[in-house]
Amino acid sequence: MSLLNVDNVSIFFGGLAAVSNVSFDVEKGEILAIIGPNGAGKTTLFNIVNGFYAPSKGKVSFNGEVISGLKPHQICRRGLARTFQVVKPLQRMSVLDNVIASSFLRCDTKAKAEAVSREVLQFTGLTEDADIISKGLPLGKRKRLEIARALATGPELILLDESFAGLNPAELDVSIEIIRGIKARGITIMIIEHHMKVIMAISDRIVVLNHGQKIAAGLPAEVASNPTVVEAYLGAEH
Amino acid sequence: MKRYFPIIVLAVLCVLPLVGLNTYLMHIVILSVMWAVCGMAWNLLGGYCGQVSFGHAAFFGTGAYCSGILAMKFKISAWYGFLLSVPLNVAVALSMGLIVLRLRGPYFVLATLAIGEVFRIFAENVVDLTNGNLGIMIERTWVEKTQFYYIVLGLGLLAYAVVKFITESRWGYYFVAIREDQDAAESLGINTTLYKTIALTVSAVLTGFAGSFYMVYMGYIDPQIVFSLGEISILMIMVVMVGGVATFWGPTVGAVIMVILAELIRSIPRVGVAYQTLFGILLIVIIIYLPNGLVGDFPKIRRMFQRGAA
Repeated sequence: MSLLNVDNVSIFFGGLAAVSNVSFDVEKGEILAIIGPNGAGKTTLFNIVNGFYAPSKGKVSFNGEVISGLKPHQICRRGLARTFQVVKPLQRMSVLDNVIASSFLRCDTKAKAEAVSREVLQFTGLTEDADIISKGLPLGKRKRLEIARALATGPELILLDESFAGLNPAELDVSIEIIRGIKARGITIMIIEHHMKVIMAISDRIVVLNHGQKIAAGLPAEVASNPTVVEAYLGAEH
Repeated sequence: MKRYFPIIVLAVLCVLPLVGLNTYLMHIVILSVMWAVCGMAWNLLGGYCGQVSFGHAAFFGTGAYCSGILAMKFKISAWYGFLLSVPLNVAVALSMGLIVLRLRGPYFVLATLAIGEVFRIFAENVVDLTNGNLGIMIERTWVEKTQFYYIVLGLGLLAYAVVKFITESRWGYYFVAIREDQDAAESLGINTTLYKTIALTVSAVLTGFAGSFYMVYMGYIDPQIVFSLGEISILMIMVVMVGGVATFWGPTVGAVIMVILAELIRSIPRVGVAYQTLFGILLIVIIIYLPNGLVGDFPKIRRMFQRGAA
């Protein structure tokens, strides 16, 4: 049984099908990348999986249990965490407090929550910034704070929405290492990304969306040579 | 030093009546503590949880009328109003929450404002129960201020302990998380509706205690006093804004300043009647120059004075 099953999911905003009839599986332990041009419906798909939107048609199952229709906090409790493309740190809280607020989900006492949080900060390389108010953090570290917060909820599956966008090459390398570290911990990853270099380096499988539809899926090498994908990205003439 | 600060404050407050303050000064101290309770209660919801309520008079008035109606209609001690106000304000908070907690930002503010007014108009018109605009007058238990002072001090301690306990626990973290970003909080596994409801309910019960105390202490209430938008709901917000939103001592500092200021301004001939106008101006000044209140911006104030001295 796959960890996450997206079954024939569609969502309509007015007459527009932002996502239509998309189906795929995420297997335990893999890194699945979702790619596609701007407006392809990638983040909308995340919002459906994460529970912000209920799909108009189809269903999403996690660990064999239907989760579409549940609220985001219920889905998070079941072990599915996410980050946001537009980072949403709890601005007037310190970096450590941001993470503690998340780790309380699986910890009874503040001492435990803090211990878990410090460990996660260590893992994401934010230990030195623990006491900084997160408003003052540079973008690269804010993106990592997003990952840290999601990790602190103790997920089985983590959805990363453009965690690499806007990073400089040095920060990019740090983040790639973090993603590999997350995989090494046995956490499954679903990632939206535009950086092809990153995608090719880390992902096990790729699903390609365009205009809300799945146009291809497969191993990175297969997808890269798929004519439909090339057309979607570069236009028909190439 | 900082650790002992609350104990020192408590010790000073405990022996305060022994100093032999006159009745008027005791009255001001009692009102300050009462407003500190209101401020701490409002701060829990508005400051920490970020849900700015313009309708807290609903809870204050409900508390006050619990005491008043028990004494007037049922001829039992108004003090039982404190007990009655708990289930009643929980019920009010839960039903109010059902309506307002699904709204965000300005819509939440407007909805709470409207509900506060609904309570006032209700109390004005259900004459059989509330005496309407005639109000309720009860006999006060003591003529002396000292006993009232210790009771309101007890309420203050209760509010202090509740706020301290909550803000340092899981709830406190969740409240602030909700304030900072509701969507992020929700996706981090926080049941935002539940925790907003908790914040509202605890805040309502504490505010209700202050209202019950107002009844037994002042001996007279009417809907335009205890359900007042300007004199209760907005003053509660001002207390917190002046002192410092989401700060621990802010509401207390704000309460002392606002009560003293109100008394001072009202005693000025002619200008006194316009004290609400002056409060408005004060609020604008505070928002511009000390957006985090006197406590929140204390370092800024200290720097200002140091520069002045040098």
